[in-house]
Amino acid sequence: MFESEGIMQENIRLLIVDDSMTIRQAIERNLKEFPLEVVGSAGDGRTALELFKTTKPDVVTLDITMPEMDGITVLEEMMKINKNVKIMVITALKDKATGLRAIQLGARSYLIKPFTSEKLKAAFGRMMGNN
Amino acid sequence: MNETDLHFFIDSTVNYFEEITGERAVTGIPYLKGKEPVVLDYSGIIGISGKRKGCIYITTTKEMLKSLASIILDDNEATLETVKDLTGEIANTISGNVREAYGSSFMISVPVVVEGRAKDIRLPEQVQAFVIPITWQENKSFLVVCLE
Repeated sequence: MFESEGIMQENIRLLIVDDSMTIRQAIERNLKEFPLEVVGSAGDGRTALELFKTTKPDVVTLDITMPEMDGITVLEEMMKINKNVKIMVITALKDKATGLRAIQLGARSYLIKPFTSEKLKAAFGRMMGNN
Repeated sequence: MNETDLHFFIDSTVNYFEEITGERAVTGIPYLKGKEPVVLDYSGIIGISGKRKGCIYITTTKEMLKSLASIILDDNEATLETVKDLTGEIANTISGNVREAYGSSFMISVPVVVEGRAKDIRLPEQVQAFVIPITWQENKSFLVVCLE
């Protein structure tokens, strides 16, 4: 169980989205200390959106440069479906305009690759409100 | 392409290795690519479009990729699939990070990974390509940058 804002919750349902299998594995491995259940893992934007609809995650880690559908489009669509979902964009795109766009669209966090385990965990923890 | 452009890529590459591994990569003096192939075991290729057009690829050895994978995944038994995937991800990260200098009009493709040393990577004609030698933990790689 996990306490958030005074409410005891089941494990946080996490959807991992990145076209790199290595990165998906690294994210899952590095976030193990959080009370998470990985409900899906997608390597392209279209699959990510389908999984988002069927698995109804609480949290998403989302890449931007992906086949089928880019992460900004996916982010927009996910926010239309559930504006309460917490989305952490994890991307190599280091320009300010893209970061700003992601936040304006509703991303709660924006992490630049390459990331260390510590930076990922710190950013995830901040997003979940556990400082 | 000029010296400033090359520095952006050099900085991005050095930062990649330092951030992931805690150990700096050393880059050699960039040189103009000639007709000789610059291809090692695996190559990750990124197409560039927008204000600057061209292509970037990193080419490296299986040993280097397995060493990196063991750090990223804490797994000494990286599969061939992981090794191939990591090649593309390195190329993606180095190219994406350069957007800090070039801005969002520097558009990068999803990576294409080529396995094997049989042939050279075909680059845009009429565009100069520069080769940046990279050494990390005695493993040699090359970053090839071909931009208008």
